[in-house]
Amino acid sequence: MNPVSAPTWAPTLYLVQAQWLNLVRTPAYTLPTLLFPVMFYGFFGLLMIPGGARPLLGSFATFGVMGAALFALGVGIATERAQGWLKLLRASPAPVAAVILGKAAVAVLFGLVIVVVMSAMAAVFGELRLYTGQWLGFAAVMALGSLTFCLMGLAFGLWLSPNAAPAVLNLIYLPLGFLSGLWIPAQQFPGWLQELAQWLPPYHMAALAHAVLGVREAEIGISLLHLGVFSMICLLFAIAGWRRLDGVR
Amino acid sequence: MNKQTIAVIEDLEHRYRDQQALAGIRLEFGRGLVTALLGPNGAGKTTLIHLLLGLIPVQRGRIGLFGDQRPGSDRARARIGVMLQRSGVQDNLTVAELIDLFGSFHVVCESTAELVAEAGLEGLEARRFGRLSGGQQQRVLFALACVGRPDWLILDEPTSGLDPVARRALWAAIGARRAAGTSILLCTHYLDEAQQLADRVVVLNCGRVLADGAPDAIRRQVARDRIRVRTVLSADALAALPAVEQVGVIDSGHELMSSNATASVRALLAADPTADRLEVAPTDLETAFLHLTENAA
Repeated sequence: MNPVSAPTWAPTLYLVQAQWLNLVRTPAYTLPTLLFPVMFYGFFGLLMIPGGARPLLGSFATFGVMGAALFALGVGIATERAQGWLKLLRASPAPVAAVILGKAAVAVLFGLVIVVVMSAMAAVFGELRLYTGQWLGFAAVMALGSLTFCLMGLAFGLWLSPNAAPAVLNLIYLPLGFLSGLWIPAQQFPGWLQELAQWLPPYHMAALAHAVLGVREAEIGISLLHLGVFSMICLLFAIAGWRRLDGVR
Repeated sequence: MNKQTIAVIEDLEHRYRDQQALAGIRLEFGRGLVTALLGPNGAGKTTLIHLLLGLIPVQRGRIGLFGDQRPGSDRARARIGVMLQRSGVQDNLTVAELIDLFGSFHVVCESTAELVAEAGLEGLEARRFGRLSGGQQQRVLFALACVGRPDWLILDEPTSGLDPVARRALWAAIGARRAAGTSILLCTHYLDEAQQLADRVVVLNCGRVLADGAPDAIRRQVARDRIRVRTVLSADALAALPAVEQVGVIDSGHELMSSNATASVRALLAADPTADRLEVAPTDLETAFLHLTENAA
């Protein structure tokens, strides 16, 4: 047989491509992950609440991006781990970091698709007008914030069984979104609930989004610190979960 | 390790909590040979394969691959093609996408078109993995194992669950790789597969090597022949014949296992001159395997 030379950058790009194709061809992931936050934003942000287009764009985009990352990594990794795909990739010369990075890149990309769809709806139906820098800043906040939830999903995916992962993540996803003030602004919560919200990562991601969108001021440093610390905790759990794979038959 | 050796295992031991999975394994794998790894469930075959692939760390002992490469190292992984029992390949990717993906992991790889032809997957390139038959899926997995032109193919139950036609098609593909000089480690439950493909058979049981040699040598190690006969003699009378170790009843009469078929048959015909439908066959690999593992248990 005639050998073919593959370029050195190829594995990472092929892994991203393969995982993207696999994800978008999975309606059980794409439909709820894309449609629910977009539908909720259209209903609450554009139809029900006057003047909601701007603040709820930040809240529901955070909600959508969080779901895309949690389910792509959490359910995806748990399933691939149990079914042997992850083992096959680990046994192959695939760069191990690229396997995880590829999955995270795909989750971020999918999250950005949700952000773009919502932003288009906000511009067209909610007549939201922003400077180019604000749109780009908003996308950057969403992409960076998504990484936090990719790490959270990865940690859950490496520890949970494929049967438990969807149930557990749904149990976490919806209450976490609500308690972080993504559905009702945290400022309208009772005092103790407001205190709690300030410890939750989606609250801080939405706070950064709101600051970029010009909704309200944010303590950017504190929000970044919260997201950073939470990401590090998730990373530690993910590393422990990855090491655990070595002992699993 | 000499140039004709691709892997050396020395005093390998492995435990899962209280269970000893492997104990005192010493093996060498020669270049260009097909080695069949046999053993009942729980014998330690999968653990051994996972250790060779670096999927689990070596606890005690040593594994050297291609000289001094350790299992799981980048250089070792680049030279090994793998087909695992449960591959979990993503159902939504097409055959061509999967081959391109796995090809991208290697500096030099087979062309997709030639690999598709070798694996008998022509016309299926655009079909998603989840929409292939079981036999076609196994052929795709074999193609993925071969895409990087590996020096060593490790195949864990490659024909499990396949119909006879699909099995033989995969045997032909494995045979072609062997003919091209690829070393192969074949873990299988099918004794006829080992008989057909292997230059050497390693029998594992309870984490230890029970037998190691050419298939014929393993068969000879269990010096028993199978005698089938229709006779008026009772099972007890048959069991009392010289060299008969075991008597069973089959549709056409009785089946005897004998350590000396000539002596058993002479005595049988002397006791019952009317005996007919007499068949004598040497021990096959399956009988040898059962004898070895049952005796070890």
